[in-house]
Amino acid sequence: MSNYRIHGATGEWEVVIGLEVHAQVTTNAKLFSGASTAFGAEPNTQVSLVDAAMPGMLPVPNRECIRQAVRTGMAIEAQINKWSRFDRKNYFYADLPQGYQISQLYHPIVGEGQLLIEADEKAGIPEDKVIGIERIHVEQDAGKLMHDQHPTMSYVDLNRTGVALMEIVSRPDMTSPAEAGAYIRKLRAILRYVGSCDGNMEEGSMRADVNVSVRKVGDTELGTRTETKNVNSVRFVMQAIEHEVQRQIDVIEDGKKIVQETRLFDPGTGTTRSMRSKEDAHDYRYFPDPDLLPLILDEAFLDECRASLPELPDAKRTRYENDLGLTPYNARELTAEVETFGRFETLLGVAAKTLGKPEAEVATQVANWSLSVAPGVAKSLGDEANMANATAQRQAAILAMQDKGEISGGQAKEIYEIVLKEGREPDEIAETEGLKQVSDTGAIESAVDDILANNQDKVEQYRGGKDKLFGFFVGQTMKAMQGKANPAVVNQILKDKLG
Amino acid sequence: MTDFTQMGLKAIREGVAAGDFTAREVAEAHNDAVAAASELNAFIVATPDHALAAADKVDADRAAGKELGPMAGVPIGMKDLFATKGVQSTAASHILEGFVPPYESTVSQNLWDAGAGMLGKLNMDQFAMGSSNETSYFGNVKSPWRKNGSNAAMTPGGSSGGSSAAVAARLCPAATGTDTGGSIRQPAAVTGITGIKPTYGRCSRWGVVAFASSLDQAGPMARSVEDCAIMLGAMAGFDPKDSTSIDAPVPDWAAALDADLSGKTIGIPREYHMDGIDPQIEASWEQGKEWLRDAGAKVVEISLPHTKYALPAYYIIAPAEASSNLARYDGVRYGLRDLPEGSGLQDMYAATRAEGFGDEVKRRILIGTYVLSAGFYDAYYTQAQKVRTLVQRDFTEAFAQVDAILAPTTPNAAFALGEMQDDPLAMYLNDVFAVPASLAGLPAMSVPATLTQDGLPLGLQIVGKPMDEQGVLNAGLAIEQRAGFTAQPEKWW
Repeated sequence: MSNYRIHGATGEWEVVIGLEVHAQVTTNAKLFSGASTAFGAEPNTQVSLVDAAMPGMLPVPNRECIRQAVRTGMAIEAQINKWSRFDRKNYFYADLPQGYQISQLYHPIVGEGQLLIEADEKAGIPEDKVIGIERIHVEQDAGKLMHDQHPTMSYVDLNRTGVALMEIVSRPDMTSPAEAGAYIRKLRAILRYVGSCDGNMEEGSMRADVNVSVRKVGDTELGTRTETKNVNSVRFVMQAIEHEVQRQIDVIEDGKKIVQETRLFDPGTGTTRSMRSKEDAHDYRYFPDPDLLPLILDEAFLDECRASLPELPDAKRTRYENDLGLTPYNARELTAEVETFGRFETLLGVAAKTLGKPEAEVATQVANWSLSVAPGVAKSLGDEANMANATAQRQAAILAMQDKGEISGGQAKEIYEIVLKEGREPDEIAETEGLKQVSDTGAIESAVDDILANNQDKVEQYRGGKDKLFGFFVGQTMKAMQGKANPAVVNQILKDKLG
Repeated sequence: MTDFTQMGLKAIREGVAAGDFTAREVAEAHNDAVAAASELNAFIVATPDHALAAADKVDADRAAGKELGPMAGVPIGMKDLFATKGVQSTAASHILEGFVPPYESTVSQNLWDAGAGMLGKLNMDQFAMGSSNETSYFGNVKSPWRKNGSNAAMTPGGSSGGSSAAVAARLCPAATGTDTGGSIRQPAAVTGITGIKPTYGRCSRWGVVAFASSLDQAGPMARSVEDCAIMLGAMAGFDPKDSTSIDAPVPDWAAALDADLSGKTIGIPREYHMDGIDPQIEASWEQGKEWLRDAGAKVVEISLPHTKYALPAYYIIAPAEASSNLARYDGVRYGLRDLPEGSGLQDMYAATRAEGFGDEVKRRILIGTYVLSAGFYDAYYTQAQKVRTLVQRDFTEAFAQVDAILAPTTPNAAFALGEMQDDPLAMYLNDVFAVPASLAGLPAMSVPATLTQDGLPLGLQIVGKPMDEQGVLNAGLAIEQRAGFTAQPEKWW
């Protein structure tokens, strides 16, 4: 259980949160027309006769949109409904050419599913938690009104009209802003793993309607909820919840009642404001769309959807821990984003081959490199880093040199820095720039001999039991070798000579 | 000199193909007839150039020895519900007045591809809502028929009233119609012509202005069963642009026409004997049974127990769908826009739709909005859908015993324009025999049977099994051959 509590004037409050996430399906064409879905095109250039709702035009479902919704459903372990149906949601607005949105109210394509959010002490999630997902249905997006084009008139851009959305409706299972944030991040990761949505919240590919209510700790009945529409980042979702929770508590403790209503989030102030109350809510007059037959999915289609699913975050994380021996932290970090695990797995493959070792043996080295060393170097370089230079082959070459003791950790970073800036090959950099450890025992031995001869007093003290002086000799040797000596070799020689 | 306007579709096609006359001569004769019949108000716009261009193409193709299509050289009328590229398409409404689509409906394109030409866009009840062609923004269509000894203007039926009037008046040998709850069959019956509504899904709805999507079906109206069979063949076919289109081959109905009904059983639904039906209708129905027996069929009584609920259910389902289908006419993108000075979006919607829709359309939008609204949905819409299922089941059970069903098409002959205008319920009753087949999506046709004592035509209706247009056409042919209906209206226009 979340321990998120708000101390009000009248006692302790807890929060109940449900999220409806709208995720734009990644396809080239709209849900019911062949028009393109590319983002950022000139207004009204991606509009078919169907999207503009010209007289006599008819919707035809785009198979790829249906396929992606089914694959998403499978990824959240949901029931897939072999029989589903489209309904019309009727209302008038200038961005809605048909005068109705084609959606699925009564028989959604995906039924009950679930998603796991992982324990994150720092974020206030003490243990793993399963969040229920009530349903996923597919529906059309609306167009966009533009109020800044003319002094007295509004313009409408229909490019987005008819683009396929998945509405993913959670159960009211979240009890803190952190859980809501974790839920969206996890959902986003799953969508991106599956490839059904690019998860780009800035471009509006993913946005959330946030349902929030509060109740006194110990109460079993739900409080009256409000719905804050179209919140488009994880941070904003958490902010909206925090604000809404405080507002609701203030209202109730003030002796007033929460009104069931739709609210808008203002990213500028981090607050929500009322949009419309239940009393003037639309009567959408839902009914089955008579232009469309029920959607019937056959086994072959479902089999194909299932077979095309990639390894999903939870399974991958478990495999990283159990088979690759990664720490839970590393496993979680690496599997959180498609790009991260993609880079990791590519590098792991190449590195294992380059080193001639099984993946499990090099995984920890590659994980540390991928999560901490490499990003650290790139970050310190800022704009100077050209990430296109960071090929898996080059990174693997660095890791191999390090593994063989040819270079030190510090040298690995230096070499990688040059790789990022100049795109040169690590082997050549190590040679040319002299970034190599000396493992030549002769050179080290002669350096050690000099140091021991020049520090007879310390040698006596060490031999007399002052073990700590060993570090002094290592440091002097490394200094004499200009930091390029292989520390293991230095240690061994020192131990031999000091006896 | 040959009077081309007296010729049927097949005769024209064959004459053109044989070189007895040119398609251009045929088109010119019909263009002249259309131009001379403005008093009937059957056309909203005439398109003589379209007809001539199509005819010239056929003549050129013939001269070049090319194969000619099944409608080659036949000029037809196009109901104004079909979108025709570059030609105003209004659904007889003010809200779409001046709307010129940049696309061609699938059905009309199929007809042009088959060699037909377009004489013009036919008047109709506004958005296909009406049974008398009195709801058109462009004025009533007058039937070419008159009662014996009367000059009163009569209804051509509706909603395909321009189509029925034009075909009956010999302005065109054939026309397209659409049938949602009888809009092909009822006007055909009251004007003495033949019309068939095929199985729902046979003809693509793409590019046809929607009234009630789950019911709308296009079909041909002509002066013989064979002409209807030929034209339906040209109109029908699977269309991937219409999700409700049936993916099945189109049979050559005309080639397979056969009036020998030996071995067939025809059902007579006892629930269609209703109080208040004109005795002349009953008599013609009796006559119809005799004709079918004469053609070799066995005639049996059947029961369609939910018949009386069909009409009320239809007047819930069709307006519900219409209220949503017509939401797109909002003044934003095309058609009429009424934007009063200083008004906002809601004001524009209200003004545009108040101005652009006629009374009957508004009535149905209101009914439809009401039956779908929260708190009423289950009591009306859900209940009506249940009735629809029961009506369909009635037919399924009946078709286990019989091959086709014979019934009157209408409860009365044509009435005078204005006679029923103040009584919408009486008007709705015109479709009482037509609606059940629409709810069940079945093929159904009307063929002329006889004239009343007043000299007005009556039709008989044949309803068939799903996809069995052939059975319907064959029974229709058997009646046609025995009815010997040759009457045509005396020209007064």
